[in-house]
Amino acid sequence: MTHVPPFRLPRGGRLIDRSDQLGFRFDGRHLRGLRGDTLASALMANGQMMMGRSFKYHRPRGPVASGAEEPNALLGLGQGGRFEPNQRATTTALVAGMVTRSQNCWPSLDADIGAVNGWLAPFLPAGFYYKTFIHPRPFWKHVFEPVIRRSAGLGRAPTDPDPDRYEQAYGFADVVVVGGGIAGLRAARDAAADGGTVTVLEQSPHWGGRTPVDHAGGQAAIDALLSELRAMPHVTLRRNCMATGLYDHGYLIAREALADHDPNQGIPRQRLWRIRAGRVITATGALERPLSFACNDVPGVMLASAMRDFIDLHGVTPGQRIVVATNNDDAYRTALIAADAGLDVAAIVDARPQATGDLPRAVRDRGIEVLTGSAIAKVKGRRHVEAIAVCDQNGGGAITRTVECDAVAMSGGWSPVVHLYSHCGGKLTWDEGQALFRPDPDRPPLGADGQGIAQAVGAANGDLRCAGDLERAEGATMPVWVMPARAPHKLRAKMWLDFQNDVKVTDVELAAREGYASVEHTKRYTTLGMATDQGKLSNINGLAVLSGALDQPIPATGTTTFRPPYTPLTLATIAADARGEAFQPLRKTPMHGWHEAHGASWDPVGHWRRPYAYLQGAEDREAAVAREILAVRKGVGTLDASTLGKIVVKGPDAGRFMDMMYTNMMSTLKVGRCRYGLMCSENGFLMDDGVVARLSDDTWLCHTTTGGADRIHAHMEDWLQCEWWDWKVFTANLTEQYAQIAVAGPQARTLLERLNGSIDLSADALPFMAWAEGDLAGIPARIFRISFSGELSFEIAVPASRGLELWEKLHDAGRDLGIAPYGTEAMHVMRAEKGFIMIGDETDGTIIPQDLGLDWAISKKKADYIGKRAQRRLHMVDGGRWKLVGLESVDGRVLPDGAYAATDKVNGNGQRVTEGRVTSSYHSPTLDRPIAMGLVRHGPSRMGQVLDFPMPSGGSMKARIVDPVFYDKEGSRLNG
Amino acid sequence: MAEQLARITEVHDLGMIALRGDLDAIAAALGMAAPDRTSIATEGDRMLGWMSPDEALLILPAASRAADLSRLTEALADRHALVADVSDARAVFDVIGPHADDVIAKLAPIDAGTMPAGHLRRTRLAQVAAAIWRIEGGFRVIGFRSVADYMRLVLANAAIPGSGLGPR
Repeated sequence: MTHVPPFRLPRGGRLIDRSDQLGFRFDGRHLRGLRGDTLASALMANGQMMMGRSFKYHRPRGPVASGAEEPNALLGLGQGGRFEPNQRATTTALVAGMVTRSQNCWPSLDADIGAVNGWLAPFLPAGFYYKTFIHPRPFWKHVFEPVIRRSAGLGRAPTDPDPDRYEQAYGFADVVVVGGGIAGLRAARDAAADGGTVTVLEQSPHWGGRTPVDHAGGQAAIDALLSELRAMPHVTLRRNCMATGLYDHGYLIAREALADHDPNQGIPRQRLWRIRAGRVITATGALERPLSFACNDVPGVMLASAMRDFIDLHGVTPGQRIVVATNNDDAYRTALIAADAGLDVAAIVDARPQATGDLPRAVRDRGIEVLTGSAIAKVKGRRHVEAIAVCDQNGGGAITRTVECDAVAMSGGWSPVVHLYSHCGGKLTWDEGQALFRPDPDRPPLGADGQGIAQAVGAANGDLRCAGDLERAEGATMPVWVMPARAPHKLRAKMWLDFQNDVKVTDVELAAREGYASVEHTKRYTTLGMATDQGKLSNINGLAVLSGALDQPIPATGTTTFRPPYTPLTLATIAADARGEAFQPLRKTPMHGWHEAHGASWDPVGHWRRPYAYLQGAEDREAAVAREILAVRKGVGTLDASTLGKIVVKGPDAGRFMDMMYTNMMSTLKVGRCRYGLMCSENGFLMDDGVVARLSDDTWLCHTTTGGADRIHAHMEDWLQCEWWDWKVFTANLTEQYAQIAVAGPQARTLLERLNGSIDLSADALPFMAWAEGDLAGIPARIFRISFSGELSFEIAVPASRGLELWEKLHDAGRDLGIAPYGTEAMHVMRAEKGFIMIGDETDGTIIPQDLGLDWAISKKKADYIGKRAQRRLHMVDGGRWKLVGLESVDGRVLPDGAYAATDKVNGNGQRVTEGRVTSSYHSPTLDRPIAMGLVRHGPSRMGQVLDFPMPSGGSMKARIVDPVFYDKEGSRLNG
Repeated sequence: MAEQLARITEVHDLGMIALRGDLDAIAAALGMAAPDRTSIATEGDRMLGWMSPDEALLILPAASRAADLSRLTEALADRHALVADVSDARAVFDVIGPHADDVIAKLAPIDAGTMPAGHLRRTRLAQVAAAIWRIEGGFRVIGFRSVADYMRLVLANAAIPGSGLGPR
């Protein structure tokens, strides 16, 4: 028949407000809809039945469903940073000014070039990627893949940052009911009667599920339930909230839409709920199944329930003359609702031999023809339905008559929504009588106590007639997986199972013939159910067809795995507030602001930001580092060392504990003195280093590396709590209590003495590796005379709140001494000039202290320390281990950090055998030449030998093995 | 325009002393009752929070910090205990307002709404460690000093007007 454009019905539409017209754009055209419309209903009202093209064959497609299961009507929504691809038109509320566009078509929805794929369909069988593009191999990467990638894919990823705010929230409830239909609301009422807290989550903006459309008096029943629930103080009813996943221990994830429709109001657009539910009741309803007849994908063919939703909820219809194809009584409701709306119902094509229930009788009473034992042989029309060819359901498709129509409502029965129940282990059972998988109540997902954490109710439990006294008697559903039953290949090749991924009955049958007996393998081979709808419509039909092809019962085939999320989650809700400034917590020292104001170029160290160098004027980092080093070597500089870990260890057994933690002897350290110490893992590898100060008879203060503070504190507590629980030792991580400033350089003492304080800083009173307590510039301070630069150096610890004050006083007092703040890079270079190792440079988790020539820091007297036994393993005492040496570039170029030294020997793979690597390498401003350290096989006994470092760019660099201490070998500068 | 869900204010006048040892002995030295597991006990202007089976946190007016520090050090000198001033290691925020629950519920994986007074919850606030307890009209949140800016930011973000957690 001639296609009359779909249109808005003159009356009806319980959700729309006919007085409030909303303008919107679709592919650049200006259209109008009504408040209460979804995008799908608004487009339909404008005659726009075709809303997209299919993924593989680019066939014209219109909406097939009215809810979250919609596979076809996916649109690109919004513009710029708010652009979102693949938004389901059926669940997106229309908003004034909305900008939408169709996807997967070029140059336009109407004239799509990719539709040529349809002619090629015989050459694009299941698994065609795997079959076609294997040889020649390089072609895949360089020819096939780029071409396929350009033409494939659904929608386009947005390119601009999302301007909206998203958030997360933690929820708790004794019972969470998922689904606000009649079964869910009744379950909530029953659960609330038990006295606990109950939360009901409904995915849509409206309560009631199918009940208001499907049952006379349905809305009133829902309203009554709602008012009952609203009066209960412990019940929370939350709409627009889609439960997307159920995880172990009743952890339920749900997405609440707050301002999807008005993102400019400044509140979070969506909220991700992370709910701990004592018990979850899934009242998620059921999804109607399509029927597999030829050309069941032509726009105008839709699920029977969807068609009556559009008519009843939005007052729109996809056509004027409707045919209903069904295998059950429920679809007759669509005929009744369509007839009530004044539409012409041309016929009911019922696959069952007879239809005698209440609903068929009511339909016949309206004078509508019911063709039992019949099937649709084929839908005629390309861009819209024009007619159907009717045949016998049990035959091979011989056409008995043709019925003109412009819309087809199909119903292949219903499948309970079992996703949440299945997400964390609930099992399903095949209900032969109803031809559906439903939750097996004996095998629910289990909680920690072995009891079920989820229970399905209503249609989600297979109880399709759950509306109680609202229900009418219905006849049984007859399973129909292919229509007609003995359809020839030519028809089966036009029966779509998965609309979004263009998977047809013949594709699944081909997979079965090629040996894909497992439903999981068939899914991946054919891509059945792998699109953004995750097979909500195609799953059961597909596995039934596979079962038929394999000639086995459906339960023997089973289902694919139901994985969260049930509907796609926006990545923004997962990131939520963790973006921009709040992306990650930045740890800031008390002097952070000063550094920032003085040109700090930042060095991320763990979550801290430390100044790498302070840039002055047009200086680059390298120039700033050189300037800072020379300032320290010639005068005085300050380093913010607040980030270094500061762990106090106290107790009668603290000395014994310290001796186990460190490789050297810490129990003999005198009060008032400091000692450099090494910490190893159980496997003997060097994991941290730092200066230990003995504070009192039973108290030690351990300095750790910046990155080591939390890790070493945890390491200590691990040993104390799990292994030596009877040792009397307490630890406390006081890292953040103190600001710590290193004051280094020949003028360091002069500077500190200017600040006035109670501490005698003279070399006699405070010798190298001693500490003293008192006050400095009126601030309570602990001063450690320790040095990581080789210069006369003091580290001053003050309460964090006074750190900035001391720092500023130092800089005021040191101006005429040429005081300069120095950053981490200057510190690194200066320690390398002195041959001091750095955890993370000279160590990488495979290095033992002996490799680094640190034998002097390993006690020979102690019976044990952590790592001692491991360091005696054969591999650890192997004389061939690479050992620390200095490396002097022969041609004056700086060696690349990490470069490997190679011998002339070649291994079995044709690679040169290596004999060492560079661990630290810098240009030394102090010496004005390159310096480096490295680990070299037999290194310390090969002084003067030249190593060859091949460069990735070809050629090589040469370096001579030298002593690792490049500067002030005598250590005289330590005394200023 | 709606108001913020809660007022976020930084608290600066508190002292904090970390105490490790026998909790009863610590409480006795302070002249107050030891807090129950996961609780925070109040005695005048001092609060003693249960941090672990052998750790407590004394929270007191900044002015009393020095005196209490030496008093406790002395009182516990004869037994195995550790007394450490951590006043400067912390950042403290008060979250006050009718929807303070909502602000906490967005950031900490706890049932803020039903958390009783006198309960001390060690948890996390977004991505950082925190301890939370009820105060008059809302909550007090303590975390580490170095992440004070982060805490202030995420608290403010969680409190933006119109973003209450009530069903809509």
